[in-house]
Amino acid sequence: MSQPAGATTPVVSLRGLRKEFPGVGGGARVVAVDGVDLDIAEGEFVTLLGPSGSGKTTVLRMIAGFETPSGGQVLLRGADVTRTAPFERDVNTVFQDYALFPHMTVLQNVEYGLRVKKVPRVQRRERALEALAGVRLEGMEKRAPGQLSGGQRQRVALARALVNRPSVLLLDEPLGALDLKLREQMQVELKQIQREVGITFVFVTHDQEEALTMSDRIVVFNRGRVDQVGSPAEIYEHPRTTFVAGFVGTSNLLHAKASEALLGEAGLFSVRPEKIRLLADGEDPVTGETVAPAVVEEVVYAGATTRIVARLDAGDSLVVQRQNQRTSSLDTEGLRGARVRLAWSREHASRLPDDDG
Amino acid sequence: MTTSTPTAEGLPGRPSAAVRASSFLHRHPRLRLAGLLSAPMLWLVVAYLGSLAVMFVTAFWRLDTGGFVAVLDRTPSLQNFTELLTEDVYRRVALRTLGIAAAVTVVDTLVALPMAFYMAKVASPRTRKVLVALVLTPLWASYLVKAYAWRTMLAEDGVVNWALGPVGGRGPGFGVAATAITLGYLWLPYMILPVFAGLERIPDSLLEASGDLGGTAGRTFRTVVLPLLFPSIVAGSIFTFSLTLGDYIAVKIVGGSTQMFANVIYDNIGVAGNLPFAAAAAVFPVVAILLYLALVRRTGALDNL
Repeated sequence: MSQPAGATTPVVSLRGLRKEFPGVGGGARVVAVDGVDLDIAEGEFVTLLGPSGSGKTTVLRMIAGFETPSGGQVLLRGADVTRTAPFERDVNTVFQDYALFPHMTVLQNVEYGLRVKKVPRVQRRERALEALAGVRLEGMEKRAPGQLSGGQRQRVALARALVNRPSVLLLDEPLGALDLKLREQMQVELKQIQREVGITFVFVTHDQEEALTMSDRIVVFNRGRVDQVGSPAEIYEHPRTTFVAGFVGTSNLLHAKASEALLGEAGLFSVRPEKIRLLADGEDPVTGETVAPAVVEEVVYAGATTRIVARLDAGDSLVVQRQNQRTSSLDTEGLRGARVRLAWSREHASRLPDDDG
Repeated sequence: MTTSTPTAEGLPGRPSAAVRASSFLHRHPRLRLAGLLSAPMLWLVVAYLGSLAVMFVTAFWRLDTGGFVAVLDRTPSLQNFTELLTEDVYRRVALRTLGIAAAVTVVDTLVALPMAFYMAKVASPRTRKVLVALVLTPLWASYLVKAYAWRTMLAEDGVVNWALGPVGGRGPGFGVAATAITLGYLWLPYMILPVFAGLERIPDSLLEASGDLGGTAGRTFRTVVLPLLFPSIVAGSIFTFSLTLGDYIAVKIVGGSTQMFANVIYDNIGVAGNLPFAAAAAVFPVVAILLYLALVRRTGALDNL
């Protein structure tokens, strides 16, 4: 790290990053990552979001040094580390399968990085215990990883990485193996820990909800390219491509014919289901609201909410999500086949580029 | 068991004999187990343990060669063992055999580790299949062909001397070293395969995690790979060690005048016709392997096999 960490130097910079893999059985080469540019600032919680095979994990592995890029550069605090071995990079990884050493105790696992770096024994022990306390695993030092639950292993993996105080912590779908309840709990905890230690987190996930709840910024990957970078609200409210609109949240698209009739502008638009409301009989829309007459095709009661699929007279069908504040499933049943009027504020219809696939 | 009767009543007509037998066995799992295992158990007890026991008993008999005709003396005595332990020649042969077995095991381990590592962690899935087949093919070739191949290679005008000649070297010639080399070659697959299987069981992410935490390749090998691989190496070493202890053919082909312990056993069965002494000698490799197993058991390596 020859360069001083100025306020303007990003912790991680990716410049035109590319990765090709040889095709299986001598087939054509597969382009996993196709020209990714990204700057990650100090202390940020950045999520790389995308479906499997979109290149997000490959990007993470190139930052860690497990894969050598086919083109482009990886910079850590301004220093080019594109060809640097993993053990010489100031980053640490939390693996999807945790990758705890099964023949070492929890404490030995956490101490491993410090032992390799020849940190004196006393100091090593102290820092490891501190890291374990940070993830609420006091008293577990002597256990073997095999004796721990999934959530506990997850925390050991986290402590083992954080104890080295890396510039960047890379997390490769770390919550994927946990059940829903534990996952939600760990999402909150991870965010808390990140705030406490102030280390930059780069988090890979295919779970859009996880990305929305945890991140400062989301990078949406689609077939090896970055489709959109932005805050969770930006990504959700104003998706810039059809892919982002569909992958994050429910895809609700108005095509040219319907949009021309309703919005007076021919193009591709996305409207989020919860932004649409059903007008009551005789109710007037608020100024700035778009009104679309429709027929209810399907009603799905889901406890807290009801989802209504309505076919617009102007073409296309939209999903409407309604909070079940007063309604119960009995009321919603009668809706099927009814004529209704949908309404949404004009600003909630985001224009998408027409040409993208 | 009142619940077992209604099942038959529910079926239309009387179930066939096969179905009845089958359901009878289903209700008597112990009987089923006995039917399944009695034949192999009988084989194991009679053929395997039985012959071992007979050998052990024979070891305490004696062939009296004092008279004109050799007479079998069935009074139990320790004389065979005393002779084996006190005669200098037997002690030398025993130590030499243990030395060769140890050398074969060490050499095979050193050769197998990088080969198995390449197969398990570096090679593409296709190359891996080819390599596994290549490791296995020598096992399908005749033992004698392979041993004679080494004899030709190690001969005075063989390929080894021809290759080492220009750099001023010479092959080991026929003797202890040649025997160790040949046996090391013969048993190598038995070391590569368990080590390869052991390496395949170690997830790549563990190696990556070690590198990620600052460990160099050497460090990762010492502190992560080797401890996890230890049981596999032990499994392989049991093969290389015990197969070497019991071998008497390779040494006849490439060993020159060298004798190994199994030769002592074989010569007493064949030429000397002294079966009790051969039996006593055969106890030696059995004891050696048992001691070896006890030793590795203490390291905990057998727990994960």
